[in-house]
Amino acid sequence: MLICSPPHLIQRNISDLGIDVTYDIDEAIEWADALNILRIQRERMGFGVIPSIREYRNSFGITLDRLSRHKKDIVIMHPGPINRGVELDGDIADSDQAIILDQVLNGVAVRMSILYLLLGNSEFEK
Amino acid sequence: MNLKNRFIKKIDKYVLLKNGNIYDPFLELCSHKDILIKNGVIEAIKNNIPPKPIHKVLDCKNLIITNGFIDLHSHFRDPGFEYKETIESGSVSAFYGGYTRVCVMPNTSPVIDCPELVKYVLDKSNQLPVYLYPIGAITKGQKGKELAEIGEMVNAGAVGISDDGIPVQNSQILRYALEYSKKYEIPVINHAEDIFLVNEGIMNEGIASLRLGIPGNPDISESTMVHRDLTIASYVDGKIHIPHVSTKKSVEIIRDFKKLGLNVTAEVTPHHLTLTDVFLNNYNTNAKVAPPLRSSSDKSALIEAVKDGTIDCIATDHAPHSIDEKEKDIKNAPCGMIGLESAFGLVNKELSHAKIDVKSIINLFTINPSKIINISPNFIKEGNKAELNIIDPNYKWIFSQEHIHSKSKNSAVIGMDLIGKILFTINKGYITSSEK
Repeated sequence: MLICSPPHLIQRNISDLGIDVTYDIDEAIEWADALNILRIQRERMGFGVIPSIREYRNSFGITLDRLSRHKKDIVIMHPGPINRGVELDGDIADSDQAIILDQVLNGVAVRMSILYLLLGNSEFEK
Repeated sequence: MNLKNRFIKKIDKYVLLKNGNIYDPFLELCSHKDILIKNGVIEAIKNNIPPKPIHKVLDCKNLIITNGFIDLHSHFRDPGFEYKETIESGSVSAFYGGYTRVCVMPNTSPVIDCPELVKYVLDKSNQLPVYLYPIGAITKGQKGKELAEIGEMVNAGAVGISDDGIPVQNSQILRYALEYSKKYEIPVINHAEDIFLVNEGIMNEGIASLRLGIPGNPDISESTMVHRDLTIASYVDGKIHIPHVSTKKSVEIIRDFKKLGLNVTAEVTPHHLTLTDVFLNNYNTNAKVAPPLRSSSDKSALIEAVKDGTIDCIATDHAPHSIDEKEKDIKNAPCGMIGLESAFGLVNKELSHAKIDVKSIINLFTINPSKIINISPNFIKEGNKAELNIIDPNYKWIFSQEHIHSKSKNSAVIGMDLIGKILFTINKGYITSSEK
């Protein structure tokens, strides 16, 4: 697994978990078979941590331009909701290479299962 | 070229530099050869090139021909404070000081904190005889709160970030800046002064300030900040550059962190390296700078630090202020002095007395600062553009107002004896006018 992010948002010691780190999104794309793209959760961050949306998009965004430069098939994932045009271009999210809707659908099923277990389903205990 | 500035001259079609001692620190090249320049490009470097009538010949016997200087720390005040300096007047001043590459600080109005303003600086310097390398702000508006568009500024041509005279007080913001800038491989330059310890201080706190009755700024205002900055940089493995180191205590801290392998570099200004707090004895506002001129033991420690490599380079902190601003009383006059044109003569005099050889002195103005901002050098090589200084390291002269091409004349060095002079500087197809 490889993680790509602005350096100051990466958890310290993450490489101790056996995860490689890069700050270069193009390097990550070149390396990966699938990208699981996350949204920047500005509402949970301190004020002013991300300089600007344009800088984030230019430095880390999965844009049509950037992806087309790599000339490779790559699976696009995103847990949603997407900030379209920020971390991921809408056209890519809606393309055939994206499995986002499956991912979201499965995410609901997995959450349902977990809640079901946590709420103490007695049948499962047997 | 439609420059009207009378101090910027186009170089003659053929210029022959005869009998010079060539020193290129980037190539580790030392040789005694002639250099023929055609249309601003080095056409030939050979023994005994015969002069022709079409050649403009410069006799370089006993002179050193070396690369153009690089200043990591200048204030060209443009945009916003053009009454103090402009990109043009600052560039001409730099050119006459032997500088062909200058980093300009972002404390302009508006603050250089976005790529559009980086581009403004670069566009305005296109036709000028020096290359400018903007330093972008660390935080938006130098307010110390939100990170500026560091990546976009780097992509536009910025080579470092600094909130300049305003230290980043919030340690977490400094941590973010040091971490974030790792992606862009640029140094973070933080003005190292704890503003609370500076308090109302105007000059170095010591016997000189006591005698003058001027509030003191203690050396620990700098060293505590240097220690904090290096501790944070070390924790996140960031790249930090300490500007205008002024105290013995800071030097010791930097030396210790360098020994531990931290990616830290440091600069000293010509004035901190050569002058002390007694220069304020006549309430001379031109000697009022930030950080302040320190004691003679601090000065000795700075010289030692240059000798052993703890301090990497000279940077001028060229800080123009208009005469009416500097004619205020010592408390109300702004901090800063100009320095581009006196830098080499002042530093060369001091360091040659301290038994540092002239090549090592030249390194402080060329290869060492170049490495800090990681820019490609222009070697002294056939086929390359001529970006050269012709230096007489033994030339004795008195620095006076007429040597100043800056719009402002606020120098505490005026009237001082200097040793070593840049006789000619060549860059971008221009040459300085002869003054010798």
